[in-house]
Amino acid sequence: MRERQASQGAGPARDFEAFVAGAAGRLLHTATLLTAEAPHDNPRARRLLTHALAHTYACWDRMRGEDPYDLARQCLAVRFARGAWHRYGALGRARPHPGSPLALLAPQQRLILVLRLYEGVGEEQTAALLGLPTERVHAVCDRATATLLHPPRGPAPAVTGPKVVPS
Amino acid sequence: MSRRDRESAARQRMEGTPPPVPPDLYAEVVRRGGRMLRRRRAARRLMWVLLFAAAVAFTVWASMVHPWVEPPSETTPPLRGW
Repeated sequence: MRERQASQGAGPARDFEAFVAGAAGRLLHTATLLTAEAPHDNPRARRLLTHALAHTYACWDRMRGEDPYDLARQCLAVRFARGAWHRYGALGRARPHPGSPLALLAPQQRLILVLRLYEGVGEEQTAALLGLPTERVHAVCDRATATLLHPPRGPAPAVTGPKVVPS
Repeated sequence: MSRRDRESAARQRMEGTPPPVPPDLYAEVVRRGGRMLRRRRAARRLMWVLLFAAAVAFTVWASMVHPWVEPPSETTPPLRGW
C-alpha cells in the first residue's frame, strides 16, 4: 500500500493541483456571494475557500468516484451555515458590503439562493445539506429571489437613527 | 414574470465579475490540508494505542482478581456442632 502510494506520489498531487486551478475561481465567486463581500476585498470568502479546499485535499485519496467539486461546495456551504448565525447575529459585525449583489439578503437567504440558482443544486439536496424541510427551502428561495429583483425602497436602519432623540 | 424568468434574472445579477484568485492559494491549501491529514492520523493512532492499553489493563486486572469466581459468603456463619 505504502509502496503504491510512493510510486504514484506525483499523480494525485498533480490531479489535485489541476482541480484547484480549475475550480478555485468559481468556488471563490460562490464564497464571495455567500459572505456578501466586495470582489476585491474578501478575506472571509478566502478563508472559507481555503478551508473547503484543504478539507478536499485531506479526503482526496479516500474518494471513490465522488465529485471533488461537490465535496468542496458542500464543505463551503456547511461551514458558512455554521459560522453565519454567530458572526452576523445581533452584534452586527462584518456587515455585508453594499457593492455585493446580495447585500440586502440575510445569510440564510444568500446561502439558499446561491446554492439553488447560482450553483444549480437541486431543492432536495439543498434541504438535505442544510437540514431543512424542502418546502422551507422553496419558500426562502422564492422570497430571496423577490427581494433580489425588487429591493425594498430605502434602507431601514438609516430611518430609525434620527428618530431616537432624547427628550 | 414567470418563475423561470425570475430565476434567470436572479442568476444574471449574481454572475458579475469573478473575484481574483489569490496566487498563494494552492500552497496554503496543501499546507492546511496536510496538517489536517497529520492530525487525523495522529488522532487515529492515539485511539488505537488507548484501546490496546485498555485491553492490556483489563486482561492483567482480570487475571489478578478473577472476577468470575464467586466470593466466599461473609454473612452466614459457618455451620458447626451438628
